[in-house]
Amino acid sequence: MLHTVNKSPFDSHSLQTCLGLAKAGSDILLIEDAVYAAMSGTAVTSMVESAMSSSTIYALESDLRARGIGSEKMISGINLVGYDGFVELAVTNDKVQSWL
Amino acid sequence: MKQIDWSSLVINESGKAVKKFMYVNRHAPHGTIYPLEGLEVVLIGAAFDQDVSMAFIGDGVFQLNKGQDTADSGMKNVALTYGALGDYEVTKLYVEQESLDERGLELNDLMNLTWEDEEENWAEKPSIQVVSRAQLSDLLEQQDVILNF
Repeated sequence: MLHTVNKSPFDSHSLQTCLGLAKAGSDILLIEDAVYAAMSGTAVTSMVESAMSSSTIYALESDLRARGIGSEKMISGINLVGYDGFVELAVTNDKVQSWL
Repeated sequence: MKQIDWSSLVINESGKAVKKFMYVNRHAPHGTIYPLEGLEVVLIGAAFDQDVSMAFIGDGVFQLNKGQDTADSGMKNVALTYGALGDYEVTKLYVEQESLDERGLELNDLMNLTWEDEEENWAEKPSIQVVSRAQLSDLLEQQDVILNF
């Protein structure tokens, strides 16, 4: 299943809820303000890193760029995708759960 | 009848009373309209010769993050407007240290925003001041008007 999250992890619990309910092997895509979760050295970095052992985490490249988050500020191992990659994830997974 | 305390009243060049206005920014840029709306109100308010400052708390600190580029996402790049604040005499941008820490950011990660001090031969000075939560609490207490975005 593909999970998309669009809220800042510092302002909302939606990422935490998503990570708690996502089954191993899930794809998790960070979009809009949720891309802040991809940053290294933050209060939520360890939560995201531990989720990476069972799920694959993606972040939307244009949303990272809009917010000034370059690869040097990111947790390594997070996969960058464009809008085309977003579509690819949506069609290759059987279901999409949007944590709005 | 309530007595008015005139002792703290400051009068500006045009003979009008000056109030202390603080604009408190607590939202990340781009994801919501709050930062853009806030900036517009700040720029309007700046035209009225008031004592204006801005505070950046929580996700609001992300508004000042360097290198924001919205070209690919088709959104307006609000971040560019912060560079103009100094020209509108909005020269006090208080950023909460604890909020930076939580988000793995330091002063170096923020835009280099400056203003020119007319009284010191237009010397260029930094607009951003990193303050502790306790200092920010005192600053809030000192305001006449607080507007939240």
